[in-house]
Amino acid sequence: MLELRSICAGYGGFQALFDVSLEVRQGEAVGVIGPNGAGKTTLMRVISGLIRPTTGSIAMEGADLLATPAHRIVGLGIAHVPESRRLFPRMTVEDNLKMGGFLPSARAKYRERLDVVYGLFPRLRERSRQLAGTMSGGEQQMCAIGRALMSDPKLLLLDEPSAGLAPVIVEQVFDLVKRIRAGGLNVLIVEQNVQQVLRVVDRAYLLKAGSIRAAGTAAEMLASETIREAYLGV
Amino acid sequence: MGVLDIFLLEALINGVLLGGVLALLSLGLNLVFGVIDVVWICYAELIMLGMYGMYFLYVVYHVPIGLAAVVCIVGVGILGVILHVVVIAPLLGAAPINQLLATGGVLFFLQSAATVLFGIEFRNLGLRLPVLKLSELFISYSRLLAFGAALIGMVLVYLFLTRTYTGTAIRAIAQDRQIMILMGVDSRRIYVITSALGGGLAGLAACLLVLQYDVHPFVGLSFGPITFLICVLGGLGNFAGGFVAAFVFAELISLGGLYLDLEWGYVFAFVFFIVMMFVRPEGLLARRS
Repeated sequence: MLELRSICAGYGGFQALFDVSLEVRQGEAVGVIGPNGAGKTTLMRVISGLIRPTTGSIAMEGADLLATPAHRIVGLGIAHVPESRRLFPRMTVEDNLKMGGFLPSARAKYRERLDVVYGLFPRLRERSRQLAGTMSGGEQQMCAIGRALMSDPKLLLLDEPSAGLAPVIVEQVFDLVKRIRAGGLNVLIVEQNVQQVLRVVDRAYLLKAGSIRAAGTAAEMLASETIREAYLGV
Repeated sequence: MGVLDIFLLEALINGVLLGGVLALLSLGLNLVFGVIDVVWICYAELIMLGMYGMYFLYVVYHVPIGLAAVVCIVGVGILGVILHVVVIAPLLGAAPINQLLATGGVLFFLQSAATVLFGIEFRNLGLRLPVLKLSELFISYSRLLAFGAALIGMVLVYLFLTRTYTGTAIRAIAQDRQIMILMGVDSRRIYVITSALGGGLAGLAACLLVLQYDVHPFVGLSFGPITFLICVLGGLGNFAGGFVAAFVFAELISLGGLYLDLEWGYVFAFVFFIVMMFVRPEGLLARRS
């Protein structure tokens, strides 16, 4: 469904991604693991259009993402939960969710989507009138994922959903990823928390210093010497 | 009631009435700054053009005053869009100083153009609005009207910002510009809508100010600086702060003018401003970070 071919990208003179190819097939959850500074966040930003690659191609169900204006990419069914959540801190939870459903196609089913999100996160319904910035880190992460789900996406991009959260909450977040998957949604998740993420995805890629060093099923990756070395070497 | 008590009460009421208009003035500028991150230095000159619009429509072409006001609000709104598309949009990526200089240039351009086109005579609508007498108080009807209309204008903007998707996006973009793409929002479109709204508010302000003041090419200098100071005092881009600051400023001017001369009212207000810049540089309602 999503296919990246030979992507190079960076910021100004700094190149962060070198010839990255990756794919998410229908029905899959895919992980990208790798140490800090490997280019994982850049990879996510390239997919959702926040930055444009210098070379390569990206296709979502046959549509060329690089020929699509950045703000239209979410309309193709790709919702991005950015690194460190990036909620609108001085707006209520409900207004944040409303922004997630900004697309005309999503507005038509606002109530329905809101029920889905509140069903997944009953806590958000309790806090719907609270300013997003005043909630705990875990609640904010729920709100960020909920906001992304408001657009009724086909593919959810999760950038470090466990960062900065207490271990108990991290468990909950990964549990949630499982539930979202069970609902038929494809997931591409970027994480440093290797053990945890390999338990919820089907396949994974190892990204290091901007290029893919290994790929395989979750079980293969868990057993892989390369992964062990990459992480023991950090 | 003693005479002094009556004067004090009148000054307080006039302060509130002035505060409403100042709040309206600062709202337009604050909106544009909060959303587009550009200060329209020429904001008060848009008001000046709106006042001339009212003058020509009502006095010269005998358009009914209500219709003239609508034309004026829409017209200045369109000027706001033109200002954005022609001057601001090409400079969005430029250094802030360049944006300031460009809108500053528009200020001088509009003043000079108005001087050439309309001359330097002071003009007014020639309306004689009554002064209301409430027991022992005298309240100017035009001030009351301006206050009421400003309040209605602000309530409408508030409803737009809180009840509609576009309004919600306008508030959101002021909090996190970069991720608007992820929401499927075309920021350029939001900028144009905000510019129209900012211009429309300047147009409404023009309709209200022309009831009380003569229009001339440099009339913007009477409102421009004080509008900026209110926005800065409230915290640039902070709508609620601007609202509170407008009333604080208006009361200082009004009460200061009561005890000394009118000019002293402004001196008090500006001294207060300078002191507050040291005490609360982020604005009256600054959020603790």
